[in-house]
Amino acid sequence: MLAKIHITLKKDVLDPQGKVIANSLTDLGFGGIQSVRQGKYIEIILDGDDKNAATVKLNKMCEKLLANLVIEDYSVEIN
Amino acid sequence: MKSHVIVFPGSNCDRDVAVAIEKISGSAPEMIWHKNTSIEHSDLIIVPGGFSYGDYLRCGAIASTSPIMHEVVQKAKAGVPVIGICNGFQILIETSLLDGALIRNNSLSFICRDIHIKAENSTSIFTKNNIIAKMPIAHNEGNYFASTETLKKIKDHDQIAFRYCDEHGVVNEQANPNGSMENIAGILNDTKNVLGLMPHPERAIEINLGGDDGKHIFESVLN
Amino acid sequence: MTSTWIHKTEQSLVESHGLKHDEFDNIVKGLGREPNLTELGIFSAMWNEHCSYKSSKFWLKKLPTTGERVVQGPGENAGVIDIDDGDVAVFKMESHNHPSYIEPYQGAATGVGGILRDIFTMGARPVANLNALRFGEPSHPKTKHLLAGVVEGIGGYGNCIGIPTVGGEVNFHPSYNGNILVNAMTVGIAKKDKIFYSAAAGIGNPVVYVGSKTGRDGIHGATMASAEFDDDSEDKKPTVQVGDPFTEKLLLEACLELMKEEAIIAIQDMGAAGLTSSSIEMASKGNVGLEIDLTKVPMRASNMTAYELMLSESQERMLMVIDPAKEDMARKIFKKWDLEFEVIGRVTDTKNLVLNMHGKEEACIPINILVEDAPEYQRDYTISEPTKDYTIDPNSLNAETIVDDLIKMISHPNLCSRRWIWEQYDHMVMADTIVRPGSDAAVVRVHGTNKAIAMSTDCSPTYCKHNSFEGGKHAVVETWRNLIASGALPIAITDCMNFGNPEKPEIMGQFVECIRGMTEACSALNYPVVSGNVSLYNETNGEGIYPTPAIGGVGLIKNIEKTKTIAFKKIDSAIYLIGKTEGHLGNSHFLSIVQNQEIGSTPIINLDEELKNGKFILELVNKDLILSSHDVGEGGLLVAATEMSMSSGIGVSINTERKNHAYYFGEDQGRYLVEVDAADEQKFKQVAEDHKITIELIGRTIDAYLMIQDIGKVSVKDLKSESEKWFPNFTR
Repeated sequence: MLAKIHITLKKDVLDPQGKVIANSLTDLGFGGIQSVRQGKYIEIILDGDDKNAATVKLNKMCEKLLANLVIEDYSVEIN
Repeated sequence: MKSHVIVFPGSNCDRDVAVAIEKISGSAPEMIWHKNTSIEHSDLIIVPGGFSYGDYLRCGAIASTSPIMHEVVQKAKAGVPVIGICNGFQILIETSLLDGALIRNNSLSFICRDIHIKAENSTSIFTKNNIIAKMPIAHNEGNYFASTETLKKIKDHDQIAFRYCDEHGVVNEQANPNGSMENIAGILNDTKNVLGLMPHPERAIEINLGGDDGKHIFESVLN
Repeated sequence: MTSTWIHKTEQSLVESHGLKHDEFDNIVKGLGREPNLTELGIFSAMWNEHCSYKSSKFWLKKLPTTGERVVQGPGENAGVIDIDDGDVAVFKMESHNHPSYIEPYQGAATGVGGILRDIFTMGARPVANLNALRFGEPSHPKTKHLLAGVVEGIGGYGNCIGIPTVGGEVNFHPSYNGNILVNAMTVGIAKKDKIFYSAAAGIGNPVVYVGSKTGRDGIHGATMASAEFDDDSEDKKPTVQVGDPFTEKLLLEACLELMKEEAIIAIQDMGAAGLTSSSIEMASKGNVGLEIDLTKVPMRASNMTAYELMLSESQERMLMVIDPAKEDMARKIFKKWDLEFEVIGRVTDTKNLVLNMHGKEEACIPINILVEDAPEYQRDYTISEPTKDYTIDPNSLNAETIVDDLIKMISHPNLCSRRWIWEQYDHMVMADTIVRPGSDAAVVRVHGTNKAIAMSTDCSPTYCKHNSFEGGKHAVVETWRNLIASGALPIAITDCMNFGNPEKPEIMGQFVECIRGMTEACSALNYPVVSGNVSLYNETNGEGIYPTPAIGGVGLIKNIEKTKTIAFKKIDSAIYLIGKTEGHLGNSHFLSIVQNQEIGSTPIINLDEELKNGKFILELVNKDLILSSHDVGEGGLLVAATEMSMSSGIGVSINTERKNHAYYFGEDQGRYLVEVDAADEQKFKQVAEDHKITIELIGRTIDAYLMIQDIGKVSVKDLKSESEKWFPNFTR
């Protein structure tokens, strides 16, 4: 099973990188950018095919290690 | 002797390199803001170290899209000597003036300390004073990486400017501070007028600062 | 006004704002009515311990704060001292303890960002960062994560903005298990006639907001939990502030560029309590009023309320009052640096802080109620008896173990090499670092001159715990000695007073005694306090931290050629110990590290002796009679000698009359080790005799080995590898 994890800064947390990327894209002539938020994307390949058990496990991974819950949110998707 | 130092938002070694050039050549370089689009006659262009655009997205990536970099690339292609130091090296790589990539140090942490480098190429204007030099590094992403083909190409064309070595000039694993492939500390373009290096020669220009070996790199171009 | 009025019966709301009932009554009395929610938030922010110094003010006033070189003492963003030739050094240390425990990287990073702003707000270019860090015991499950995060955060911010982090101190003790201390110090250089202050002036002048946009960062936790703010669920939860060193670098350059013009009338950074404290500070100092239109504040989040805008702690922001004729020029500079620049209000003659939003008045508070009526307490205190001395049976210690004990000490987390930490900090950027980390004091040249400033941070919490008076003295004196040993004339200090809950009489007693000790030392050494910060309520589960008055000292080296480091310079020099040695093992590193016991009395400092020995060292420096010098502090004589060897690779052969643990590891005060060229020995002895200084020849430098006559020897290389392995192994 392939698990896809997206980690992003929480909505109201300042994202300095996103701000700079947005400015730079605008300078390069890409108009109409409202905002840019940068995050992390992680792929994990798991044994077995129990999606429910995997979701529980992946959530734990995010909470224990992958995401910094003080400032970040995460989402888990399993294919 | 007319030299130019490019200043980006977040450059922080621009003053240091200007002080070094003035001390060595006797004339102060002109500071060029990144939004400028042209440089008149230049004998040396320096892209200094720092954290241009906070190193956000990828070190050097955003600075490489600045208006002035288009002009720097043109000047480099016309043969003007260009040095990129630390973040400047990363920027020159992002503009494709130099080959390869600079990835995170293998220690996964920022490293600031003195290291030794040894010139490999002995013909370029930057490396003809073939020396073993002590100078500081201060970076998070200085781990030089190139594909097998690229590495072969830069070796075949004598484009390796400097390798990390010990104080006696021996190139070995212990002397490699950041995991760079084959201890590469600096490289040249194939016409040898563009140099990128991770160590900071501008911080090693007087004994009071811990050493003056860095002078050699500037002296060979400036004199 | 249309906002919700706070009725006295809504006690929980008042309490969740950290206000006591009598404090709330004073607000009602002062306003002549009950405050609305925005006003309550403003009072809460201004009257909390951090902003009002309500528990500490009475005692802080006792510290000496003046001197011939003091240009600005406590009360502004930072202290200012004269360093000759029209130059001044501007410096301060500040705590960021709690945020660093919650999120170590961002907490430490924004701590550095905040103190940097305090310095460049005053017109100074920051030239050096230092810090003082305390962590719990290494075996505590959180320590490794906190240490790694804090160090990375300090480096991440300082390296990016391009200000060298040149010095600091760190120690580990169980009393910090649930409450680490992250104290950051910045030193800047300015011209004496170009210092900027915060007093607003000129009725009608524009109040300008510059820097980053305002988001919902770090808004007071308890209040955000109240129902009125909870309509937008998770996302509105109070968040840790994220530092943006890149924006701060732009803000630094833009401010310094504008400061070259005669445009700024007053300037104040938005630190703790953001727009609230900065606007009130400016109005209060200038004895004027301010009227602000909150709709004009650049916002990062949508639908922000007046309450949120006033209490947000978003980073990298400043408030200025400028000359209206220079507004366009100023705007141009900030736009060049891609920063927000917005006129958000005017200076008024009402002496009120008036806040409007969408055409409605959201708050109207007389400034004097906020500032002059702020609570001030003389809290009860009880002074604990200093811990009694403990006599060690000399027969219980076998001199044969001295070399092994030395190795245990120099490889212990509290005494080992800090290289792993400072190699993660760019300590050389700006190309003026004359003495790098690892010596007694860091030395940074004043750019373009031949003079330098020396800086050191220090505190010994176990000394303070077991004798708060002597511990307070010690923290001050230790920095003074570090500056002296570097060849600098000590000038002044900044303090960062970290203590537990001041409502407990024994904690308040520690504070009172530390202040008394600091006062005595500062007065005796002519070494005043010019700035500082107080951090109270550092407690977990009712257990307070050890009293930790961290001190940052700054001194002047008039000629960099005279700078001294701890590194031995050559073989065959004579090594002299300056000062008297009784062999005080109480409360020492030997006992805590080798014997694993925290017992015995804190060593006593004789300030007359201290001053005499310090002046003697400076005379030796001036007469070029010493090659290197090192203060003998934590760990005692043998640890000091070992550090001088490890720093240079040059060994030392020690041959002394007394050869016991108390002599080698005792922590008697007022002592230094100096290296004297064999050719200068007679002259050196003469100067010592002239000043009636106690000196003792302890040995000579040799090649590559530390040898202790009749006891044993070990190679400097081995010592170094023992000393350098702890941090990398621990954090692996």
